[in-house]
Amino acid sequence: MSSHLSTAEKPGWGFSIGTVSLLVGAVALGALIIAANAADPMMAAHAWLFFFLTVGGLLITGLWAGARNGRNPFDPAFYEDTIVKFGVAASMFWGIAGFLVGLIIALQLSFPGVFYFPELGWTNFGRLRPLHTSAVIFAFGGNVLIATSFYVVQRTCRTRLAGGMWPWFVFWGYNLFIVIAGTGYLLGVTQSKEYAEPEWYADLWLTIVWVAYLFVFLGTLWKRKEPHIYVANWFYLSFIVTIAMLHIVNNLAIPVSLTGSKSYQLFAGVQDALTQWWYGHNAVGFFLTTGFLAIMYYFIPKKVNRPVYSYRLSIVHFWSLIFIYIWAGPHHLHYTALPQWAQTLGMVFSIMLWMPSWGGMINGVMTLSGAWDKLRTDPVVRMMIVALAFYGMSTFEGPLMSVRAVNSLSHYTEWGIAHVHSGSMGWVGFISFGALYCLTPWLWKRKALFSNALVEWHFWLATLGILFYIVAMYVAGITEGFMWRAYNEFGFLEYAFIETVKAKHIMYIVRAIGGALYLIGALIMAYNLVRTALGHGQARDAEAVPAPASAQSPALQPAE
Amino acid sequence: MYETLSSFAQTWGLGLFVVMFLVALVYALWPANSETFRKAAHQPLVDKDPLDD
Repeated sequence: MSSHLSTAEKPGWGFSIGTVSLLVGAVALGALIIAANAADPMMAAHAWLFFFLTVGGLLITGLWAGARNGRNPFDPAFYEDTIVKFGVAASMFWGIAGFLVGLIIALQLSFPGVFYFPELGWTNFGRLRPLHTSAVIFAFGGNVLIATSFYVVQRTCRTRLAGGMWPWFVFWGYNLFIVIAGTGYLLGVTQSKEYAEPEWYADLWLTIVWVAYLFVFLGTLWKRKEPHIYVANWFYLSFIVTIAMLHIVNNLAIPVSLTGSKSYQLFAGVQDALTQWWYGHNAVGFFLTTGFLAIMYYFIPKKVNRPVYSYRLSIVHFWSLIFIYIWAGPHHLHYTALPQWAQTLGMVFSIMLWMPSWGGMINGVMTLSGAWDKLRTDPVVRMMIVALAFYGMSTFEGPLMSVRAVNSLSHYTEWGIAHVHSGSMGWVGFISFGALYCLTPWLWKRKALFSNALVEWHFWLATLGILFYIVAMYVAGITEGFMWRAYNEFGFLEYAFIETVKAKHIMYIVRAIGGALYLIGALIMAYNLVRTALGHGQARDAEAVPAPASAQSPALQPAE
Repeated sequence: MYETLSSFAQTWGLGLFVVMFLVALVYALWPANSETFRKAAHQPLVDKDPLDD
């Protein structure tokens, strides 16, 4: 009964274009007013950026809609794949940008005499570091999640994306947020919350975009033609809902003025710290984990053409992650002003996470049973399985590090950097690369990737890069952790801080080499994907494709 | 206020979450659901267009 209720069909296909344009137009007007009255130059720059990008968006939308000539651009007979193509391109672009900034800051730490430019303050490590973290997590990871969620929810619900123009608002709105956030870091606009640096106006904009994302996703689920909601959609939904909640609560702030960029947090002291790490750790749990597990639950079965190993386990996996993850945040605040019972609570729930994490990993890996040869023959499958190996490794290590005694050695050292990079480069990066390697031939209707040999190059360069990176950071982290706690016979600290920095120098260089290998791998991937989209090499002959249903030519579809 | 809220969370709140989780567990392991799950697991492997039957 619900299938005919989608916005695109019922009030005419222009309705969603009209509502999106109204909202964007209102934002453009508001931006113009703020630009004219801006209290500081950063706000003026961002208001103008908002104004020009929203007006540009309106112009392009108007021209595109005018050229439609009455044809419904949101035809329910077809899946919305163009937006997923844009998502693949955006993911690849932001991935390379984020890895490049990561390499630059690794080089700054290795050779501060060469890569420190006092006359260019915006290239300072303090400005570039959030640019790197946001670019890889939110720009690369976020675009991968939006693109794959739009692809998967349509296929598994067997219906076109709901909301007509609204998914496009989500895609461009999200990328506008990324641009505002990234330029803000370089300009020095920050509320100084790790992984939540953007200021109040960017946060408000992201809230609007994210609510639209939630409604597009729910609307698509609502008009689904499959009775059961496939498990990947549950994972995506938990990601969207939880990020909305985390984002809003952690960014509660009062702007100094409505035309200025600065704001102050609602919470203070230890309450603020707890809220921040409740946010921070659940961003790991619900952005970098459940979202990418959704990718695992769709793309691994699809790529090896076998159902997931145990559907039951996937449900238990989902609900145990949901019930446990949300409590683990306080482990970031061991030995602080946070009451010790709360620290212990965070530690105990972190240790309980071992079970669902490994259950999920086993479920993904065992999906290959009876098709293990694909590990040898298909580098894309191998990439996704190695992603799961890194997932298992970092979800084993995380609970270990949450134990207070271990944390007293690991916290604030490079060990933490090693841990997050085995999770992000290994798990999030590789499962995303796998999904993008799957999506490109499916979306552009190609028989295969341009070159499997180039995927092999990417796989081995990136794997070697991660190993260089994490081994170097483990050694550096444990070294500095022990140096910090070493006392001499008089009870004084044995080492000055600068001595611990000197001890890490070689390890920093090895880390930069690892990052460079990872970046080279991503560049090879981008080349391979572009050639695949163009239909070169092995990607020729789309006719022979055993690809998803959408591969059929639209012209062959008889009208109802 | 704090005492009331925290004692509620530590007793009834905890109990509610445990019960909710047990319901999910029973649903996942209920033998009669196995056919639904078998079909659901195969669903992504079938390629269909939105209007196919």
